[in-house]
Amino acid sequence: MTVPLLEAQGATMRFGGVTAVNGVNFALREMELRCLIGPNGAGKSTFFKMLTGQLKPSAGRILLRGRDITGAEPHQIARLGVGIKTQVPNVFDGLSVRENVFVAAARRGSARQARRITGETLERLRLTAIAARIVGQLAHGQRQWVEIAAVLAQEPDLVLLDEPAAGMTHEEVLRTAALIREINQTHALIVVEHDMQFIRMIASTVTVFNGGAILVEDDVERVMADPAVRDVYLGKQAA
Amino acid sequence: MTGWASFAAMVAAGLVVLLGLPLVFDLFGLLQMTVFAAMAVLALSQGFIWGYGGIMSFGQTAFFGLGGYTYAVAVMNMGDSTVPVLLSVLLPTLFAALLGYFMFYGRISDAYIGVITLTVTVILFNVVNSTAGDFYTIGNAPLGGFNGMPSVPPLNVPGDPSSPLDPQQTWYAAMGALLLVYILLRAVLASRFGRVVVAIRENETRAQLLGYDTRLYKLIVFAIGGGIAGLAGCLYANWGSFISPTVFGLATSAQVLIYVLVGGLGTLLGPILGAVGIQYLISVIGAQEMVNANLVLGAVLVVFVLLVPQGLVPVVQGLFRRVPGVRRGQVAEAAPVEVEL
Amino acid sequence: MALTGLILFNIANSIAVLVLLSLGLGVIYGMMRVINLAHGEFLMLGAYTTVVSANAGLNLWVAMLVAAPLAVGLFGLAVERLFIRFLYGRIIDTMLATWGLSLAVVGLITTIFGTTVRGVSAPFGGFAIGGYQTSVYSWFVIAVAAAMAAGVWLVLRFTKFGLIVRATMQNPDMAAALGVSPQWIYMMTFALGSALAGLAGGVLAPVSGVSPVMGGAFIARAFITVLGGGPAIVTGTGLASGLFGSISEVATFFTTPVFGQVALLLAALVMIRILPQGITGSGLTGRLLRRSL
Repeated sequence: MTVPLLEAQGATMRFGGVTAVNGVNFALREMELRCLIGPNGAGKSTFFKMLTGQLKPSAGRILLRGRDITGAEPHQIARLGVGIKTQVPNVFDGLSVRENVFVAAARRGSARQARRITGETLERLRLTAIAARIVGQLAHGQRQWVEIAAVLAQEPDLVLLDEPAAGMTHEEVLRTAALIREINQTHALIVVEHDMQFIRMIASTVTVFNGGAILVEDDVERVMADPAVRDVYLGKQAA
Repeated sequence: MTGWASFAAMVAAGLVVLLGLPLVFDLFGLLQMTVFAAMAVLALSQGFIWGYGGIMSFGQTAFFGLGGYTYAVAVMNMGDSTVPVLLSVLLPTLFAALLGYFMFYGRISDAYIGVITLTVTVILFNVVNSTAGDFYTIGNAPLGGFNGMPSVPPLNVPGDPSSPLDPQQTWYAAMGALLLVYILLRAVLASRFGRVVVAIRENETRAQLLGYDTRLYKLIVFAIGGGIAGLAGCLYANWGSFISPTVFGLATSAQVLIYVLVGGLGTLLGPILGAVGIQYLISVIGAQEMVNANLVLGAVLVVFVLLVPQGLVPVVQGLFRRVPGVRRGQVAEAAPVEVEL
Repeated sequence: MALTGLILFNIANSIAVLVLLSLGLGVIYGMMRVINLAHGEFLMLGAYTTVVSANAGLNLWVAMLVAAPLAVGLFGLAVERLFIRFLYGRIIDTMLATWGLSLAVVGLITTIFGTTVRGVSAPFGGFAIGGYQTSVYSWFVIAVAAAMAAGVWLVLRFTKFGLIVRATMQNPDMAAALGVSPQWIYMMTFALGSALAGLAGGVLAPVSGVSPVMGGAFIARAFITVLGGGPAIVTGTGLASGLFGSISEVATFFTTPVFGQVALLLAALVMIRILPQGITGSGLTGRLLRRSL
């Protein structure tokens, strides 16, 4: 059996008396595209933060290619090849688009290499035209793409996106979906999202969270057809 | 102006001041400008860690005072001033690194960093203030408690203690140090390290998620700031041949913050001009009896925080460039870190 | 035996002084997240009010217990209206502005009264513990500190004002929706904290040299006690005062008063590093005391 790219074993997160994530087992293959969905409070964002090192699990382990990264600092996880886009856009508002991407590309390699990667990434995300603009003055959707560009410029093996389409216009959502499919040509991805339409556009394996645990994990169409999932989303589930 | 052109212009202007001032100023004026230059070095230290590193130190005087006392004690024991100058930079750097490790690796929030740095300088003030008497003598150097240390030997030609610098040479040393620190900081900010430092100021979480150990970056910034403040303290002690615990005082700490706030956050020119302007203002107030200097400085601080929080240099730059909405936290476009990517 | 009694008495006195110094600041910081760097000058103004009005013929007790808190409370009210209210939520800017205020007040008082140290003599006189002479006034300081802490606790816990204040600090929008004006609550809280500082300054006036720069000697201790105490204003300030007061008094006993203070500040720095949310906000004590006031 091959070692999964990313694995969670019994991952548990408690806040005071509340258990937000309870004993989740999860595995992601190389080059896989996986969506995490679930209603508000299902624990998907908490789980995401445990994967990225922003939260330290109360119990359980997180493994990256078999290597234990439980409770590692965010920068250590990033250095192991994990690129992370958070739910609230985290960008350098006072810097230009190009500088945002450059800082991401410049962590390793020569300055020349970093400039080359910066140029290519800007081109790939069609941001070259606005490369000199200050990010704080851009529209919300553009800021989201700047963040995705920064994530990709680190050349990660695994990309984690938390609600990449939140607050975007319809056209922007379409483009973001296309972009995710394109990223998946070369990278493994985990996308946290609650918009079913969007998930259908990027069509992948879906892990449904509910009440801090995994409800089902299956192909997108089958998940959509699952009455249990529909109940969770419509709030009909008997407690 | 591109980064290189503005840099060249600034260095040229600095050289003109360095060489030209002795030709136009009398001795008294030159002495005054010498202490202004020393305070401008201190302002650069605060401006660098606050305006670029986003670190809110309320006790930069801790390193300033430590540098001054280190120089005084070392030069009284050694005679030759060469090694004491180096020590006056080295010791505050190490102390800042230690304190920085304590704070940044402890994930202490900005406001608490302000209070901790303030407390550290109060501790140093209390300790040094109580060192009167023969018991507190390091080698040949009595610390003197609240009376301070008089007759600190001046700088000399490196390696030759029998040739102390005259006032004009002391000016060259102080202004030369200011110019060197400015060039050093421009170089640091233009480097990859400097860009990451500014990025961390803009968004620490994002920098972490990109794989940068922000604690280490902040520690290095803080240590550099400590070393520069130490150099300023050395120049100050040398200028007056005297040092006393007031260098650790809260009034001095506040003054440094005022230099930077008035001159402009996120610039290097701003703190320099702020230091010269405020020091000049203090000397004017000192010459009359009507108004108390603290009253004026306090009012200046309140007015700038409330009405001109970005400081004068960014405002003036904004007027020239017609860039709307330059405000604190977004001053990077006014910051002289533009280098071709 | 007498020595032990003396040391215990000194520790109690040292704790009481810390409570006096920090409670007003604690109310303002704990309730409003405003770090008032002019707090030392608020104490100084309380001391000046006491000295000046007592020297002008006002009864010392009235000067100390009524005039000082009233004058400084009103001053605080004016300060809140003039600057603080523009800076809510900008904690660093508030620190800078109040630091400016602190300098300006020092400058103003120096201009009016000069730099000479003034004082009023402590009432009561001395009494002996075994062979050691101590002052009865210290008992009074301890009593006032205890009464002040108890008073703040009772107001917050049992009065309608206390309830509204706590609700506003938890969620200003919700309080506003219920018809409470947060602006008014912030103003009153700031005035209350200022009045407490004035009272403390008044009570400490007979036992400390009253000069324009006296606030600078208090400020670091007051802050570190409040931050060390954490979110529960009265419990936290009380516990932190107890801990730091004991440390400083024991260190003073073995060395000098200066190093007693240095030991206090160092202990506080280490504690902030270990318990960044203070005694009542982090660690085991935090879990036990989280719901205290």
